[in-house]
Amino acid sequence: MKIVVCIKQVPDTKGGVVFNPDGTLNRAAMLTIMNPDDKAGLEAAIRLKEQYGGEVTAVTMGLPKADDVLREAMAMGADNGVLVTDRVLGGADTWATSTTIAGALRNLDFDLVITGRQAIDGDTAQVGPQIAEHLGIPVISYAEDIKVDGDYVIVKRQYDDRFHELKAKMPCLITALSELNEPRYMTPGGIFDAYDKEVKVWGRADLKDVLDENLGLKGSPTKIAKASDKVRKGAGEKVTLDPMESVNYIMSKLEEKHII
Amino acid sequence: MDFKLDKKHEMARALFQEFAEKEVKPLAQEVDETETFPRQTVEKMQKLGFMGIAIPKEYGGQGCDTLTYVMCVEELSKVCGTTGVIVSAHSSLCCDPIYQFGTEEQKQKFLVPLASGQKLGAFALTEPGAGTDAQGAQTKAYLEGDEWVLNGSKCFITNGHEADIYVIIAVTDVEMDKKGRPKKKFSAFIVEKGTPGFTFGTKEKKMGIRGSATYELIFQDCHIPKDNLLGTRGKGFGMAMHTLDGGRIGIAAQALGLGEGAIDRTIEFVKERKQFGRSIAQFQNTQFQLADMATRMEAAKFLVYRAAEAKQTQKVYSLEAAKAKLFAAEAAMEVTTKAVQLHGGYGYTREYDVERMMRDAKITEIYEGTSEVQRMVISGNLLK
Repeated sequence: MKIVVCIKQVPDTKGGVVFNPDGTLNRAAMLTIMNPDDKAGLEAAIRLKEQYGGEVTAVTMGLPKADDVLREAMAMGADNGVLVTDRVLGGADTWATSTTIAGALRNLDFDLVITGRQAIDGDTAQVGPQIAEHLGIPVISYAEDIKVDGDYVIVKRQYDDRFHELKAKMPCLITALSELNEPRYMTPGGIFDAYDKEVKVWGRADLKDVLDENLGLKGSPTKIAKASDKVRKGAGEKVTLDPMESVNYIMSKLEEKHII
Repeated sequence: MDFKLDKKHEMARALFQEFAEKEVKPLAQEVDETETFPRQTVEKMQKLGFMGIAIPKEYGGQGCDTLTYVMCVEELSKVCGTTGVIVSAHSSLCCDPIYQFGTEEQKQKFLVPLASGQKLGAFALTEPGAGTDAQGAQTKAYLEGDEWVLNGSKCFITNGHEADIYVIIAVTDVEMDKKGRPKKKFSAFIVEKGTPGFTFGTKEKKMGIRGSATYELIFQDCHIPKDNLLGTRGKGFGMAMHTLDGGRIGIAAQALGLGEGAIDRTIEFVKERKQFGRSIAQFQNTQFQLADMATRMEAAKFLVYRAAEAKQTQKVYSLEAAKAKLFAAEAAMEVTTKAVQLHGGYGYTREYDVERMMRDAKITEIYEGTSEVQRMVISGNLLK
């Protein structure tokens, strides 16, 4: 079974956030980690490989330094790494990103694509389903559990107050939740092996069946009006009233500020 | 000359740091308080390959290098000195001599399970009457048919009782030197736990590293196969000294971690602690003390990493190991003591990690060669 896992290097919340003048993130200047949902997706892929045999390829799009996150994936147990990096791909929104990754995935042979549900920097949860749409394959999102049954995957999908059990024929795409599993640690030997292996580096020219107008900042329909670090809240107001008076007071404040 | 870690070593450090923070730190206080050997943590480390970092893959290890091993002991010791020494004693004192001096059969039989994490190892040289004066050892071994028979006892043995495989140093022959005085000749043996005649005596109650199991080993007509002789008969003392050279690098790494960990805890504390209306971090005394502590540990780090490089690339590294252990151990003692002082009364209570770290640091000046022994090694080299 051939599994492709899409992973993203995201800012480590322990470090500060740095913006470019155009409002996009200055990723080169920030501490980074593997996106937690993606890490769970990678763990799921490695477990499927251990159970059913096959090969896991980790794919990421980003700056050249995103090589680190691929080495981490390989130190955990991925067999191959592909880094999609090119100046013209920078500043991409979800549409341009999914177009790019789909263009890269068209070069790979796979039965299953696993992405994280969403990245902790953008929080859109759009890229996974969009990749499936570009590739014309089924998608099952919010996976809590993944099983393989012949040519099919059976996925337990998290929903608000219940879960769904869905079956899809491979090739298909699954988006993983961090609740899916507890990702394993790397091993020291795995790290050394990962740095001895080769990571494939692909640029714009290696993307298959994509148009320039759909790539990078120029190909992104999303326009950032303004970006800022944490909005500082005011000091707040503390009142000591009985419950009914408190409710009336809060309601009057909300009306005063035209919130309701 | 390059003072920067490469990417794979940086990533290995990140791994050890994450493991130490998540798996080791939460248990450190309890392990110390209850003097409990952290068996579950050891099993996790065995599974992740931490117990065979520098051993080649063909013998069950991870195929990394001495520096990676040193960083592992350092990062573990930043949060728990007990966990650091368990890895150090197993790796430097048991895996290493079997890898260096063992036959292919011995490596397959003993090193593979040790390095791949199925078995835990220990090493025994010290005896009640033979500490720094290792020549005073009384434990004897004689050949009887196809078996060696061991009699005697060893003390202060790290990982004692918990370990499955022990490297034991014993007297096998007595020869006359040039002046006609008797001189003991030692040999090294591999002894498995459970061998009839091999039992454990008292468990030591210690000042620090209280979770590490420190036991007396007793041999009473303990028969082991002839093939369990490690290396050449009569060459055991040299093998033990060579093994301790490597061990000293592990202990130097433990000391380095303890000092660095104490600085981390102190930085957190002085920013929080308020006196006279401001945090104590704003007082110049605090700032200057911290500056001295950080500089001491940085110097120790270079000596320890240099010793790791020497072990990786040189046949003999006694001098580098002695300098690293001497300096790192004394720096750790000084830095942890200052850390307690900067914590004030709180630092003297068991609620704060620095109290434990100061107790843990003291042993690094004593075991695997006291600071005085390190000075003998260094000066002996200068004056030869």
